[in-house]
Amino acid sequence: MLQVSVWRGAGEGRYVDYEVPRQTSQTVLDVVTYIQRRLDSTLAYRYACRVGMCGSCAMTVNGVARWTCRTHVSAVAKDDRVQIAPLANLPVVRDLVTDMREFFNKWSRAKGYYQGTRTRHDDFAAVKPQSKQAQALQAGIECIGCGVCYASCDVVSWRADYLGPAALNRAWTLVNDVRDGARSERLRAVAGDAGCHSCHTHMSCTERCPKHISPTASIAGLKRATARAALNGEL
Amino acid sequence: MVASSSARHETWLWFAQRASALVLALCVVVHLITIVYATRGGLSGAEVLDRTRGNAAWLSFYAVFVLAVAVHVPIGLRTIAIEWLGWRSRARDGALIVVAVALAVMGFAATWGLFR
Repeated sequence: MLQVSVWRGAGEGRYVDYEVPRQTSQTVLDVVTYIQRRLDSTLAYRYACRVGMCGSCAMTVNGVARWTCRTHVSAVAKDDRVQIAPLANLPVVRDLVTDMREFFNKWSRAKGYYQGTRTRHDDFAAVKPQSKQAQALQAGIECIGCGVCYASCDVVSWRADYLGPAALNRAWTLVNDVRDGARSERLRAVAGDAGCHSCHTHMSCTERCPKHISPTASIAGLKRATARAALNGEL
Repeated sequence: MVASSSARHETWLWFAQRASALVLALCVVVHLITIVYATRGGLSGAEVLDRTRGNAAWLSFYAVFVLAVAVHVPIGLRTIAIEWLGWRSRARDGALIVVAVALAVMGFAATWGLFR
């Protein structure tokens, strides 16, 4: 039997203990699903794909932000005990469900969206995969917005307005997209008071990213790009 | 354009912080090695003054050192003020300019005092 301690409630709440039978290859998401289906149907949690594609099942497992669907119980249980909480640095809606609006609003504030310059009448853009910019873009493009990096970031916990690793990583991929037409605006958006310069390079985001992306490297790239823009009077 | 001026401001502060850190890294190493080397056989105050007085190389090295400190420390304190104290008013930057000026004045006074 596994002793599972699960956060229940919203801003005010407490940990509630459940007993869940151990199974081979059991994931933490399996455990949460077992509790909801067999022990307490009022437990609120969020998931969709179960296979590490959608990025909706991230929770805090034994104090560490993880995808629960890709985390085996055997990898995290200590003395047959597991503690499961909602992601940190985000408001809790209920139980294990967080309100991710601010997380995604920050992507928008960092201008983390593509702004094309061509029309359907123009030819395809030719982007050499080996080019430095294409390589930098590829390194960060696989982010699925799960919020693990954001929940692991010390700077977000210190200053709530910090744009955070995911939004800045997305901005960096777009800065390296040669087809994009909003480079200067984006550099201005990420260089503001709560932008890339607030990063302390603790690298928790890079350590915890389930996709093995390095938002730290992306943020360092933004620091270099904004510094260059400032020197050239483009900022 | 408030956002734009903030972006420029933050970027320049970051740049000044990095550039001064580069200078400090060199200065601190030279400073420490000199101390350890100079004091091997014991060193009196008179002997220190004997070496620093009228020494233009010594004066210029420590003038650069003091300048780098006066730039670097207030920018770092600014981040601490934001993150630890949540201090975001204009008074914060005013207070930090006072810190910068105080560091520069004290540093240059000490350096000049050993030179003349």
